[in-house]
Amino acid sequence: MTINTQYTKFRPQRYQTRVPIFWWVHKWAHLRFITRELTSVFVAIYAFVLLFQLWALNQGAETYALFLAWLRTPISIGLHMVALLFVIFHSITWFNLAPKALVLRLGTKRVPDAVLIVLNYLAWGVLSVVIAWIMLKA
Amino acid sequence: MQTTISLEIQRYRPEQESEPVYQSYEVPLRKDWVILDALNYIKDNLDGSLSYRWSCRMGVCGSCGMMANGTPVLTCATFLETYAPGPIRVEPLINFPVIRDLIIDMSEFITKLKQMKPWIVREEEQPLSDGEYLQTPDQLTEYKQYSMCINCMLCYAACPIVGLEPGFLGPAAIALAQRYNFDNRDQGKKQRTEILKEDNGIYECTFVGECSIVCPKSVDPAGAIQRYKVAAAAEWWKSLLLPWGNR
Repeated sequence: MTINTQYTKFRPQRYQTRVPIFWWVHKWAHLRFITRELTSVFVAIYAFVLLFQLWALNQGAETYALFLAWLRTPISIGLHMVALLFVIFHSITWFNLAPKALVLRLGTKRVPDAVLIVLNYLAWGVLSVVIAWIMLKA
Repeated sequence: MQTTISLEIQRYRPEQESEPVYQSYEVPLRKDWVILDALNYIKDNLDGSLSYRWSCRMGVCGSCGMMANGTPVLTCATFLETYAPGPIRVEPLINFPVIRDLIIDMSEFITKLKQMKPWIVREEEQPLSDGEYLQTPDQLTEYKQYSMCINCMLCYAACPIVGLEPGFLGPAAIALAQRYNFDNRDQGKKQRTEILKEDNGIYECTFVGECSIVCPKSVDPAGAIQRYKVAAAAEWWKSLLLPWGNR
């Protein structure tokens, strides 16, 4: 079969756009998305601090005392403040998105999105109160 | 009162230019005109060389998707008045190679769709004498939303991941996979998951969520992908905790 060259004459000359490095600055939705991605680094750092605390506890009283001393330094307090801010930001945005990933049914009816979001916040509140109670009692 | 509006249209004629250029056209600003009407007006009255795809004019065929001021839209469903006083910048859908003017090359997208086996897969077909596969209205509701997709590719233009990782199977293809996965007559979920759990599958998605915002049919591909991730994670835990169970 012969191919009509009229049809294929310009075929290799597709124009391909490239995504610029700062593609995310032009649109609020993209900026919000990148903010979530970047701030998750602090959430990870906070998780590492917790793991490190467990490790220090396992090493004995002396190491743990050193760790506690580090927790009182301005750097540590600053890091914790920033991490707390971003963890709250991530919790709120994640709870609001939860119904997208979670489809629950009661019988044949789908549980409304608002109910799922409220349940997430309630669980968050209850767990926070329980942890605060344990901490303050100790 | 404003009687005309200006359209800045991206032109790319490979025999003439190596990079796209913009050309301005002045069209009547009519209350009942959508962008597609303006393009047809240009083609009929001002410049017959302008190339673009369209067919049904009623948001069903999915041919006329383009970028209007940087947002992917169906041009048959987007009124000129929304953009008054203008100008309106009309470009081909981004994240796709451009063939000519406003026409993109969708072959890659079609290949991705086909990989999803978008048909009812049966392990064994039941004999004709058994009659049709039955389905209740509730079972239909399970997947109906995902079956509304018209393959207009607006979600691919809205997704930054598609632009950054061209191999990503993309929102519409995964939503279509879910359309069949949630169909009680289908038994092909395992085959689709095999492909979707790979590098170019569901885990490429970082949940920007723009695909669901631009979707003209409210298919919610972002939701479909997240549901897939949750299901895949549950499967993984199941296989870890119950290794002797039925995989």
